[in-house]
Amino acid sequence: MHQYVFVVIGVLMAIAAVRLVTTKNVVHGALYLLMVLAGAAAIFILLLAEFVGWVQVLLYIGAVVVLLLFGLMLTRAPIGRTALDNQSRALAALVAGAIFAMTSMVLVRAFDGQMIDFSQTLTVRTLGGVLFTKYVLPFEVVSVLLLAALVGAVVLAKRDE
Amino acid sequence: MTAFVVVSVIKVFVVFGAVLGTVLFTIWLERKIVARMQSRYGPNRWGPFGLFTSLADGVKLFFKEQVSPRGIDKAAYVAAPVLALIPAFLAFAVIPFGEHVTLFGQTVTLEVTDLNVGLLWVIAMGSLAVYGVVLAGWASGSKYPLLGGIRSSAQMISYEIALSLSLVPVVVWAGTLSLREIVEAQIGTFGTIGWLPGPVQWIGHLIPKWYVVFQLPAFLLFMAAGVAETNRAPFDLPEAETELVAGYHTEYSGIKFAMFFLAEYVHIITISAVAVIMFLGGWDGPHLPFLPWMWPLMNFMGKTFTLVFLFIWLRATLPRIRYDKLMVLGWKGLIPMALGWLVVSATILTVKDAYFG
Repeated sequence: MHQYVFVVIGVLMAIAAVRLVTTKNVVHGALYLLMVLAGAAAIFILLLAEFVGWVQVLLYIGAVVVLLLFGLMLTRAPIGRTALDNQSRALAALVAGAIFAMTSMVLVRAFDGQMIDFSQTLTVRTLGGVLFTKYVLPFEVVSVLLLAALVGAVVLAKRDE
Repeated sequence: MTAFVVVSVIKVFVVFGAVLGTVLFTIWLERKIVARMQSRYGPNRWGPFGLFTSLADGVKLFFKEQVSPRGIDKAAYVAAPVLALIPAFLAFAVIPFGEHVTLFGQTVTLEVTDLNVGLLWVIAMGSLAVYGVVLAGWASGSKYPLLGGIRSSAQMISYEIALSLSLVPVVVWAGTLSLREIVEAQIGTFGTIGWLPGPVQWIGHLIPKWYVVFQLPAFLLFMAAGVAETNRAPFDLPEAETELVAGYHTEYSGIKFAMFFLAEYVHIITISAVAVIMFLGGWDGPHLPFLPWMWPLMNFMGKTFTLVFLFIWLRATLPRIRYDKLMVLGWKGLIPMALGWLVVSATILTVKDAYFG
């Protein structure tokens, strides 16, 4: 059962991901991105990680893509087909392929052969406990990284003034 | 298993119908109350006190011609009202509105499902609501809706942070994200308070254990952010009719407009219901000896409608605030206050656990 659902979600995500990079309309692109992220959330829920799944919906779908749309509309909101192509598809494909290869290699090497215990749901309590004890260092490193990104964005935006 | 499926399907339909009915009633209530506050009569033609006006309006909107302007993005234009309405209704799936009923030998809990991350679900569905507005604004291909959509996305993202942060202290106190467990933690009164001087110890029997008692700042923050999150006056900038005609739904008519309209009122009811669950003890309240299942439901609905009345009252009283003031209030007012209160209440909880058991 899980496998069939996973295959359906995976195929839908793959189609949406391909459409995301081939569509000529940026706003439609954002909507395809939405579908990909929703698929990821569905897979989290399928793996009984309810908390992670709904946080994915809340943060990525409910905030990140909305901000993306907000930015698009604030700068330009083209309706219909517009040329927003800067003709560097080969390079983009290379970079995307490299990232895909690296991420899949890391994931396969990290989790190879491990099974998920479906007999119990991952509770928020366990997740919080693990996050703030065993993985507290990576957690803090990620927060510093996000802070740096935030400061960087402000610096870039303020440079013109 | 079969019984579970049947009961669940029935519950989905009943909750859907109840929410729809409540929404129609709320629309009528709002028109009536606002009219009274402005020394008018309000709707009074259809049914007693004009009670069926919303229904008549609904039928009218359903059969009206749907005008689609030129230059729209067809797919997004059609999808937007649907995307506005669906999350609004979905949020109700985890709202517990009573204890449980025993019908035909089946014990039925009064909610569609008890998700152990229920609160997160409600907030996530609330965060999806912005898509309807943003897509409507963009797909209409016209400047006023676009401005409404931009305003809405910025406003909802900003106030969502304050809204979620104001709920975190309650979650920390209750130690759960399940809405049912949060309500159950608030049932009853404080009882005899030992550390008070003898003659006034009984006063604890009069104070309910609702979180609003100790979490009043969080409650006020939640209501303020909730008004903004539902795009209601005085924070209804996305559809400010003095500046933007009707904002994001300017180019919509007929049933598509009705869907936006319904979604807004469903959100008001959801925010009120969540406030009742998180701060006002849910279905806790007076019980009389007969019809034991009815009183929790009555308590819950009474509290919810009190808050809905508050929303309507605000709309009739306060003028719309300026857009930059709205942003300043959200980012420099509500969010720091919510964060500060979170630190304070977490500290209180830690000290209480450490020294008073």
